[in-house]
Amino acid sequence: MKKVDHLEKSIEEQIASLGGDALFTREGFDPTMAEMGGYSDYSYWRSTFKAFLNNRLALVCLIILVVLLLFTLIQPFLPGQHTATEIFWRDDGRVDANHAPDSQFIFGTNAIGQDLWARIWNGTRTSLLIGVCVAACNALLGILVGALWGYVSSLDRLLTEVYNVVHNIPRNIILILVSYLTRPGIGTIIFAMCVTGWLPMARFIRNQIVTIRDLEYNLASRCLGTPTSRIIFKNLLPYLVSVITLRVALAIPQAIGSEVFLTYIGLGLPVTIPSLGNLINEGRAVMMAASSRYQLLFPALVLSVITISFYIIGNAFADAADPKNHV
Amino acid sequence: MLKYIGKRLLQSLLTLFIIVNVVFFLMRLMPEEGYFGEEYDKMEPAQIEAALEAMGLRDPIPVQLVRYYHQLLHFDFGKSITVRPKVNISRIIQQKAPYSIRFGLASVLLSLVVGIPMGTIMALKKGKAADKIGNGYIVIINAVPAAVYYLFIQLYGSGMFNLDILYNERKAISALLPIISMSLGGTASYAMWTRRYVVDQLNKDYVKFARAKGLSERKITFGHMLRNALVPMAQNLPANILLTISGSIYIESLYSIPGMGNLLLSAISRQDNPLVQALVLIYSSLGIFGLLLGDLLMVVCDPRIKLVRGNEALT
Repeated sequence: MKKVDHLEKSIEEQIASLGGDALFTREGFDPTMAEMGGYSDYSYWRSTFKAFLNNRLALVCLIILVVLLLFTLIQPFLPGQHTATEIFWRDDGRVDANHAPDSQFIFGTNAIGQDLWARIWNGTRTSLLIGVCVAACNALLGILVGALWGYVSSLDRLLTEVYNVVHNIPRNIILILVSYLTRPGIGTIIFAMCVTGWLPMARFIRNQIVTIRDLEYNLASRCLGTPTSRIIFKNLLPYLVSVITLRVALAIPQAIGSEVFLTYIGLGLPVTIPSLGNLINEGRAVMMAASSRYQLLFPALVLSVITISFYIIGNAFADAADPKNHV
Repeated sequence: MLKYIGKRLLQSLLTLFIIVNVVFFLMRLMPEEGYFGEEYDKMEPAQIEAALEAMGLRDPIPVQLVRYYHQLLHFDFGKSITVRPKVNISRIIQQKAPYSIRFGLASVLLSLVVGIPMGTIMALKKGKAADKIGNGYIVIINAVPAAVYYLFIQLYGSGMFNLDILYNERKAISALLPIISMSLGGTASYAMWTRRYVVDQLNKDYVKFARAKGLSERKITFGHMLRNALVPMAQNLPANILLTISGSIYIESLYSIPGMGNLLLSAISRQDNPLVQALVLIYSSLGIFGLLLGDLLMVVCDPRIKLVRGNEALT
């Protein structure tokens, strides 16, 4: 018999000698009572936004991103716009290809005579959609699995093994299999990027959780019989908000970059759906001629502005979300 | 300690076994026309049957699996079937790996030599111009996809410094642009982490004590702070160095370097099962072994770290 058991037994005996259970009655858990301990007008999210607004550079990036996003949404409805897939012809009956930027085609035309301006905004829309969906999906799965992996020690062995195996299987095998099974399209590429994309996120969350799960406040919660789900969602994850937001924010530019890579190795979207990855790839094909280099320059510029903005905003928001910076 | 290493090695064997099997079965899920590429539509069914038979793909999968393990136990990776038909895989790797290793090692070395001093200077000049410029560099390299800045380096770098646009084995100078491009990402991440860890150390008591003792700033920085700051970074270094063998897909195809970069990808897309299995086995065992080496290197750098008593962070 352990010492603790002896102690427990002797305490029980003492309680019984004083009158038994009548001395103590068990109270049900009441969240409102738990919050009544003290009052402060400190609001976490308000302070976070205040700290974020103090960062001028991040604010500028946020405005740029919002304007870009709105512009990609309203661009098709503006007057005088071409569609992304329409091919233009010259008067002599030939395709109006590699038409340098001028007043008719603001960003010029590409190698098969399509309007680059329309294609870039269309592609930006596609890339942003892919980036946001993939990041959201990976964040959700990654946080869920990572939290369980880090906190529930009986799952640790199994999930670590699963991670080691899946992590070492080349992603391209899975991507190629997915591309065989389904038709190429935006949905397919998002699915393909999510199949393995949540793993690094889960591992990251797991490592964070392992370092904080045995801190005193969690030990106290456990001793008081708080259910695991409540510990995870109320004790552990709020503690990690700032590092998690950083990872999620950086996952968006990563997904956009990953789309460029997939297109580069031939697993990307079909050319009929413009995306920034597609456009950069098209631009790369003609980059050796100085006169048509704009076809690489413009999409690369738009892509860089977007990814850099997300990166700066993510970092600034993570700083702002850290309560240490609220004082 | 030895017991710990032995246990880790045994565990990695199990992991490798599972990886090899999963990849083996995944490759056999691929459709049959993939083995023939464009030729498939022109071939007679009898020809296809014969070709599949010749590649040993018509045998039941357990038979194929046993044959594969039989080969492996004789340290034989077998022969490539579609990428370079009937060539021994170990020969393909022997030809290609030296290029990737040379370029990879050079770029890892360059990014260490540039990145760590850069991060240290940024930390010591925190908030000043040097720090801001360094941060700008880190943001740009991390945020802009490598595919984009590699292209611009090749395009403008070769023009500006009058270098060859492709790698030429007989001219050492033509290796400069690919090595620099490959090192940029590593430089940014080493600089970022060094800066962060050194900043963490700046206000530690032992630094204040060293200063009070009258040590020169240089000795404090290099002898004390940097040593502590480098410990967390030591963990990934061995794996990074070992995995240089896998090459860089972008760089090698941009500069047409005959390295390993594209090998796995083309093996997968052309369904060269033995080649895929061999490469996955090599890369994953190097990766797993590198992780173990990284943990040991951390212990060497910082004797306070104990691996045996549940050091659980995986990183």
